[in-house]
Amino acid sequence: MHFEYRVQGGDFVRAGQASSQVKKILKQLNVAPQIIKRVVVALYEGEVNIVAHAFQGKIYIDIETDKIRVILDDVGPGIPDIEMAMRPGFSTASPIVREMGFGAGMGLPNIKENTDRMKISSVVGVGTRLEFVVNLKE
Amino acid sequence: MCIGCSHCMRVCPTEAIRVSEGKAHLLENRCIDCGECYRVCPTHAITVEQDDFSQIYSFEYRIALIPSVLLGQFPDDATTEQVAQALLNLGFTSVIEVEDSVEYLIVKLNEYVRNNPNKPVISSFCPAIVRLVQVKFPSLVDNIALVRPPLDLTASYIKSTLISEGIAEDKIGIFYITPCAAKIVAIRKPEGEDKSEITGIINMDFIYNRILREVRNGIIPPGKTMFDSRLSPRSYTWGLTTGESSHIEGRCLAIDGIWNVIEFLEKVENEEVSGIDFLELRACDESCAGGILNPGNRFLAADAIRKSSGEVGMWSIDSVSPKNKDYKRRVGNQSGLQPLSPRSMLKLDEDMARAMLKMKRVNRLMCYLPGIDCGVCGTPSCLSLAEDIVQGNGSVSQCVFLQKIMEQSKLDPSHSFRIMKKVWGENRFKKDCDKPIRNK
Repeated sequence: MHFEYRVQGGDFVRAGQASSQVKKILKQLNVAPQIIKRVVVALYEGEVNIVAHAFQGKIYIDIETDKIRVILDDVGPGIPDIEMAMRPGFSTASPIVREMGFGAGMGLPNIKENTDRMKISSVVGVGTRLEFVVNLKE
Repeated sequence: MCIGCSHCMRVCPTEAIRVSEGKAHLLENRCIDCGECYRVCPTHAITVEQDDFSQIYSFEYRIALIPSVLLGQFPDDATTEQVAQALLNLGFTSVIEVEDSVEYLIVKLNEYVRNNPNKPVISSFCPAIVRLVQVKFPSLVDNIALVRPPLDLTASYIKSTLISEGIAEDKIGIFYITPCAAKIVAIRKPEGEDKSEITGIINMDFIYNRILREVRNGIIPPGKTMFDSRLSPRSYTWGLTTGESSHIEGRCLAIDGIWNVIEFLEKVENEEVSGIDFLELRACDESCAGGILNPGNRFLAADAIRKSSGEVGMWSIDSVSPKNKDYKRRVGNQSGLQPLSPRSMLKLDEDMARAMLKMKRVNRLMCYLPGIDCGVCGTPSCLSLAEDIVQGNGSVSQCVFLQKIMEQSKLDPSHSFRIMKKVWGENRFKKDCDKPIRNK
C-alpha cells in the first residue's frame, strides 16, 4: 500500500501529522505495538527534520506485509557532512528552532536506532533524501 | 426505553455504538465503560447494573466503603458524621472511606514511578482510562502503573483486619458505593486481578435519597456517631483532579475529561512529549466529582470536598506511620497488579495481508461516502460505516447520499425507504410531538 504526505518547512504546528496517520494505519493492520512505536518515532523525527531545516518536503510510505519503507524527500539546504550529522548531539538547528524545543541533535541517531535499514543522501543547496525500512514481523 | 435517538452514538469516544432496528447497540469489545452515553441518554434507557440492596443482610459484617465524593454531594449542613450515621441507620455495620489506603498507596506509587523505566507512568486509578489504553493505545499498556487502586487496597486491608480478629471470611460483606460505571465493571471483570475483594455495589444515585432522608429526618444528632474520619487531607482529595499528581515525585501532569486524555495520549504515543514522569488521567471532567452516578453538580462537589479536606485528619504523613506499617504488613504483598494486555479495537484483521486488503476496500469506499459524518446510516462516521461494510456488518445502501444516487438509476424509492426504516425503526417516521429533544 502506498501513501504520500506533504510537509511544509517551518510549520511546527502540523509537524507530526504524517506520523499520526501512519500510526493509525499500522494499528489497523495489526502490527505489534512495539514495532509501531519504532516506526512512529523514526517518522516523527524525520518529519520534524524537514520542518526544522527544509523549505518543503514529501513523505512516501510503502507498506508490505513484512516491512514498511519510508522515503522523506525535501527541498532544502542539504547536509554538507552526513557523518557529522549522524553524531548524537550535533545540530545545525537555528536558535529559533531550538527555542521551540527541537534541534537537540538526536534526530538522525534516533532514526538509526529505531529502524532496520537507513540511508541518507544529500546535495548541498538542493535537498536531502532520507530512506528507512522497518521490518514489521518480529 | 431506547428510542434510537443516536445521541449516545455521537458522543462515544471509541465509536462503540451503532443504531439499527431503531435501537442503539453496543459493540462490547470497544466499550471502555466511560459512561459518556449514560450522560446524554434522554430517556434513561442506559442503566448501570447494581446489586440488590437487601443482599447486604446476607452478611453479619456489612461494611459500606464510601468514596469522599459521596460526602461532596450533600448540602453544606449535612456533616460527614451524619452521612456516615445515616448509612449505619440504613443497615451497614460500619462505614470506611475508600481513601483509607491512600497514604500507603502514595509510598507504593512513588516507588513504582521511581523504578519503572516506561515513562510516563500512567495511573491505574481510573478504570475507564485503563481500558481506553488497552483498546486505543495498545503500545502504552506497559506504561500503566501496576499498582492496585485505593478501592481494592482498602478492601483487602479491611478483610485482612477482620479475619485476624477471628471473623470468618464468609460473614464479611464489603459494599462499595460508586459514583461511576467503570468501577462497577472493574469490580465485576477486574483487569490485572483475578477477583475483586468487593462483595457488592450500590449506586450513588440510589443511596443518595435514602441518606438525605435520614439526615433530614433529624434522627441523627450531630457529633454522636461511631464514625471517625481519620483521613489526611491529601487522601481525602485523591479522587479529584490533581489528587494524585500533586503527591508523586517528578514532573507530573493531571488531565481530566476523556477527550482531553485521548488528545494527550496521541502525543505520548508518538513520543512527541518527553520528560514526564507520571500522568494522572481521569475519564470524567472534574475526575470522580464528575462521576456519572453523582446526583450533585461536579464543580460544587469538588469545591465541597476541597473545603472539608482542610478539616479532616491530623496524623503525620510519612512512610513509617503506624497505619502505613500495618498496611505494609497486611497487604504489602498484594499491592501490585498483574501485567495488563492490550486488546486493540482498531485492527481490521488478525492477519496482516487480509487487513491490508480490507484497508484498501475501506479507502475505496471513502471515495464515495460524503464525509460529513451525519450518522444517518446508524454509525458515528463515514469511516466507521466503511469499516463496518468491510467487516460484513453494514451495507453501502445505508448511506443516504449513496441512496439518492442509486435512486437515479436502479434503486426503487420504496426500497430505499425500507432501508431507512431498518436502521431507525418504524416509529422514527411517525409524527411524534413528544420526542425528547437534546438541549445543547
